Amino acid sequence: MRTLSATHVVDAVAKMCIDSNRILPQDVRARFAECAAGEESPAALEVFRQLTENYELAEKTGLPLCQDTGLAVFFVEMGEELRIEGMNIRQAINEGVRKGYADGFLRKSACDPLTRANTGDNTPAIVHFDIVPGDRLKIAFMAKGGGSENMSRVTMLAPAQGWPGIKKFVIERVAEAGPNPCPPTIVGVGVGGTFDYAPILAKKALLRKLDDVNPDPRLAAMEDELLEALNMLGIGPMGLGGKTTCLGVKIAMSPCHIASLPLAVNIQCHSSRHQEVEL
Amino acid sequence: MAEYSLRTPLAENDTAMLRAGDVVRLTGTIYTARDAAHKRLMDLLDQGSPLPFELKGSVIYYVGPSPAPPGRPIGAAGPTTSYRMDTYAPRLHALGCKASVGKGKRSDAVKQALKDHGAVYFGATGGAGALLSKCITASRVIAFDELGPEAIRELSVVDFPLLVINDSHGGELYVQPDRAAAGLE
Repeated sequence: MRTLSATHVVDAVAKMCIDSNRILPQDVRARFAECAAGEESPAALEVFRQLTENYELAEKTGLPLCQDTGLAVFFVEMGEELRIEGMNIRQAINEGVRKGYADGFLRKSACDPLTRANTGDNTPAIVHFDIVPGDRLKIAFMAKGGGSENMSRVTMLAPAQGWPGIKKFVIERVAEAGPNPCPPTIVGVGVGGTFDYAPILAKKALLRKLDDVNPDPRLAAMEDELLEALNMLGIGPMGLGGKTTCLGVKIAMSPCHIASLPLAVNIQCHSSRHQEVEL
Repeated sequence: MAEYSLRTPLAENDTAMLRAGDVVRLTGTIYTARDAAHKRLMDLLDQGSPLPFELKGSVIYYVGPSPAPPGRPIGAAGPTTSYRMDTYAPRLHALGCKASVGKGKRSDAVKQALKDHGAVYFGATGGAGALLSKCITASRVIAFDELGPEAIRELSVVDFPLLVINDSHGGELYVQPDRAAAGLE
């Protein structure tokens, strides 16, 4: 049994919260440049220019990329042979969020759903745990903004609707969302599982890099097909028109009940802020 | 599409000349308010109490900024999605508010209110919070401090970059999604 001090977890989580909110991942920057090269509309080019200047400025000044520094979402893989000392793992993660959001001058966006009273420290974090073999701890963090999350949907399709039904629902969702979720977006799609599991698949899919290729050739083909269709919508950067409505589509799939075809569409704004650490 | 430099408070002829697609550099004083602050403003109006700022000619910015780090007037300060304020906006326009700043679509009721009261809806670039904060030279909470990021702040802005999304003549800049091209129809 390996023992890991909770303070390591707290510090690592705090650092991820701060760095993710200041430093736009390299794959997103590269995709901005690729997509801008294909745009002709001055409005679309101006949006890409501002977004580029924005990430350069955030990195230089330490200001967050976006004022919405998100709810803190985590996917944790914890080895069966690992014990955290000093706090339980959930406490340690929440403590890290508390520290990171305070020290990094990040916005605290968590509130009571009805009174809307702010919890004051951006906790509780949303944490998805997985127990895995070994003695390592892998923590993936995502700063999930509210604007794009509000445009996300889950539905239960009939099995007969199949891939055409999935495709139609995703395209209609992105069309209806229009300029609201800060396009160009990244679209996470969860297919299968249950009513609760499909959105987790969709969200986890958003942790993949934009330039990776789905190892499942069937899913890779579906991602390409959907991305091409979504970019035909012409919504463009910030909804001002253009060829880049989406930067990428990431699909995750899991077996489901013989009666069901659960589907979740989790929309991520262009400010795709996530990091991963292994302790 | 024209480019204008405007100062607050906005006058009737300032907004009347604007058309969807125009670029505006705004200088002066604007007020922040998002969901919770709007609800409080409505409560004050219902009670007949004075508002924390003068609505006539005002510009309301839908933003909840991140905290100001030492040595800066404000943190990142880009727009939030506007439709959540759609239920409140017509009443504020009727009382003299000349413009709101946000991102995303507005309701038909808001577009009608813009026409009825000679107001406009500006878009700022969503997700460019660090960049936009460069145009804010001062920030001061003037109401509802307990709302934290949702408090009402008075911001001093210089050449704040805006795009007219909906004008006071029924014009709109946002494109309609081409569903047929995407294979939907």
